[in-house]
Amino acid sequence: MATAERLRLENIVKEYPGCRANDGVHLSVQAGEIHALLGENGAGKSTLMKIIYGVIQPDAGTLTWNGHPLTLQGPAHARELGIGMVFQHFSLFETLTVAENIALSLPAAQARDRSKLDARIREVSEHYGMALDPRRFVNTLSIGERQRVEIVRCLIQDSSLLILDEPTSVLTPQEVQVLFRTLRQLSQEGCSILFISHKLQEVRDLCHRATVLRQGRVTGECNPGEITTDDIARMMVGNETPLSTQVDPSEPGELLLQADNLSYQTRDPFGTSLDNISMTLRAGEIVGIAGVAGNGQDELLRALSGEIKVGNSNLQLNGMNIGDTGPAVRRNLGVAVVPEERLGRGAVPSMSLVDNSLLTAYGQGLTGKGWVALGKVREYASRVVEQFGVRTASIDSQATSLSGGNLQKFIIGREALQQPKLLVASHPTWGVDVGSAVAIHEALVKLRDDGAAVLLISEDLDELFQLCGRMGAICAGKLSPLVPTGELTIEKLGQWMAGDFPATDTATLETHHAVA
Amino acid sequence: MLSLERRAVDSRAMQWASPLLALLLTVITGLFMFMALGKDPVEGLTFFFLTPLSDSHGWAELGLKMAPLLLCAAGLTVCYRAKIWNIGAEGHFLMGSLWASVAALQLSAQSGFWVLPVVLLAGIIAGALWALLAGVLKTQFHCNEILTTIMLNYIALNLLLYAVHGPLKDPYGFGFPQSEMFAAAALLPKLIPDTRLHIGLLFGLLAAVAVGVLFARTFIGFQLKVLGQDERAAAFAGFPAKRLTLLAFILAGGLAGLAGASEVTGPLGQLVPQVSPGYGYTAIIVVFLGRMQAVGIILAAALLALTFMGGEMLQIAMNLPKAITGLFQGLLLFYLLTCDAFIHYRIRFRRAPAASAGEA
Repeated sequence: MATAERLRLENIVKEYPGCRANDGVHLSVQAGEIHALLGENGAGKSTLMKIIYGVIQPDAGTLTWNGHPLTLQGPAHARELGIGMVFQHFSLFETLTVAENIALSLPAAQARDRSKLDARIREVSEHYGMALDPRRFVNTLSIGERQRVEIVRCLIQDSSLLILDEPTSVLTPQEVQVLFRTLRQLSQEGCSILFISHKLQEVRDLCHRATVLRQGRVTGECNPGEITTDDIARMMVGNETPLSTQVDPSEPGELLLQADNLSYQTRDPFGTSLDNISMTLRAGEIVGIAGVAGNGQDELLRALSGEIKVGNSNLQLNGMNIGDTGPAVRRNLGVAVVPEERLGRGAVPSMSLVDNSLLTAYGQGLTGKGWVALGKVREYASRVVEQFGVRTASIDSQATSLSGGNLQKFIIGREALQQPKLLVASHPTWGVDVGSAVAIHEALVKLRDDGAAVLLISEDLDELFQLCGRMGAICAGKLSPLVPTGELTIEKLGQWMAGDFPATDTATLETHHAVA
Repeated sequence: MLSLERRAVDSRAMQWASPLLALLLTVITGLFMFMALGKDPVEGLTFFFLTPLSDSHGWAELGLKMAPLLLCAAGLTVCYRAKIWNIGAEGHFLMGSLWASVAALQLSAQSGFWVLPVVLLAGIIAGALWALLAGVLKTQFHCNEILTTIMLNYIALNLLLYAVHGPLKDPYGFGFPQSEMFAAAALLPKLIPDTRLHIGLLFGLLAAVAVGVLFARTFIGFQLKVLGQDERAAAFAGFPAKRLTLLAFILAGGLAGLAGASEVTGPLGQLVPQVSPGYGYTAIIVVFLGRMQAVGIILAAALLALTFMGGEMLQIAMNLPKAITGLFQGLLLFYLLTCDAFIHYRIRFRRAPAASAGEA
């Protein structure tokens, strides 16, 4: 029965201290329907999912499952009923095999007979085109394969509703296509899918219906295939916010930064080593680096910021060797950095915006003979807040009290006001509301137009194609060539993100350098 | 159903109410403790908290005991703000008193005005070097400073005992383990005549204020704070974590060393085995009770100085053991840590999930 209603939420309310995460939410998912749940970060998507999966209880409202009202006792209860969930951050034990990981979430009777379970895993995974070897250890699997384990785990329990939390954020474009085939097949077989995302094009490609949340409330329901992504975005952000920024191409100037065979051997078991990275950056251009998370982006950022040393001559700024200098020295030379983690690296959570201004802008005349010029620091913080439209109660508010987008605007502004020659920004708009993302993009473009070089490390391909003059991808600590954006297709970039690119030996670079 | 719930914003009121609440709970528990011992609780508390301050001599003694607490606490504040858990003020203190004594005894024939500064400096340097040892172990070998500083405390104590039983023992002291009395030039001037109160109290007050200024106004202080609250942000900003850590140890050691030097050149006038009744450990309570702020530390130092005097008073007046001081100090710290939970959390009454409407 294709029209049967599988799940119905009515008037769901959930309140946390200081915010109403869900405020009277209605949601209805039919059998066999792929239903998108859309909304910006903080719109209440995660809260709603956790309610459906039984992790938390709503303060008010009713939940109806296959026509029967229901109070979920917990995730185990939800699984028993046929509700499966794939979290954005996988919950797998890396040191166990695929079969063992799956067995852990099954009732004891099903988990005991291993050979039967192995056969079932093979059967299910092959049926849905996601081949998996049940005997392999999870730590040998790629990210895409790990996601399959999570999905197969749900399917083996005969889930009739599968919740996927931003499943494509960790995949290459090719892997996304494979996932979508699987999901369509599931839907045809009658399984309902709740697909959480903020990538609108994907939602249009895949989903039958969409429910849009904003500030805890449902602001629209639509058939995403029939309307444009701009229409959907409007529902997500409201009418006041511009949706994107217009970027004119730039004329790059002088060579500014040069990396020559920059390598770094990580000592962190979960880190990625950098392998002979060579690149150049010119004044007045934005260069993008795409890549699936955890492929050396963070190490590259730290190598450029000075948090790790890479050998003095392997990194040059304006012809000066800086590979062995620390962050403070590089800051004085005009290097500014926006790290991926806003709280706990880019800003100290418990400190005020005033103190967080001083954190990296101390070289801007805010200190004298070891004393902090409090008045000047406050003035600097006010300027950042004003010029970059940071919404905050006051400059004395703790960094942690700001929303992700506002804190990111603050951090970008703090760096931009230092008039850097080079800005390295990692995932600057990750988890940021659309309005703030536009403001951040505008700030990056303005820096470029003022003659700075901007290196943009991001997982958001739309953002990269929109802003960058040249771009490439990083995979397993190796950097692809950086080519003009116009010459790069999304398919080719996808291959590069998977590591399929020609080696960048220094001869292929546009610049020559003296033999050591 | 009672449950703890994280506050959206830390409570500022609780930040300061917590020490007062802890003190109140300590006093109440004290009442029961005296009752359990079969003593009159009101009389006991009066002897403990009020009688010691009934005359001007008592107030002078309070100042005398505040001095080492203030110096140790000021130094520890530098460490704790940077989340360096230095428990070694006792050891720094003992090394300071030991080497100040060595200097004083070496210079016993001298009478210049420079003798006292040299003696105090010897204490400061000895304390700083002793602390630096733990600092180097932490920064170079990632040794946990809690363990190393505690162990160094015991080593310092045994070195001091060795000295008073051996090389520094007064040959005319009838075999008692103590040094000769220092010459007058090596003694701290009195602050109030006819009392034991010496200018060490001024050192302590100055140190507390200086540390307050360090964190309120200087860039070094700011860097230490960032290091304590967010190590990754400190690395990102390019603050020299190792050098800052060593600096915190040196300051803590130097100030505690000065406290030790002031003790032997002040009220004692010689080196004895019981040079410290645990000032270095009590200073830890002072720091937390005083909220790591100058004014708070001064008030907390006064309160804890009083617990030493109250303990002595109860020994004399009510025949209770000296352990009563430690008991009160321990209770105070215990209740303080408990009450501090309410800075970040609040209690919420929750009905069973079956109840329908949300609450206000």
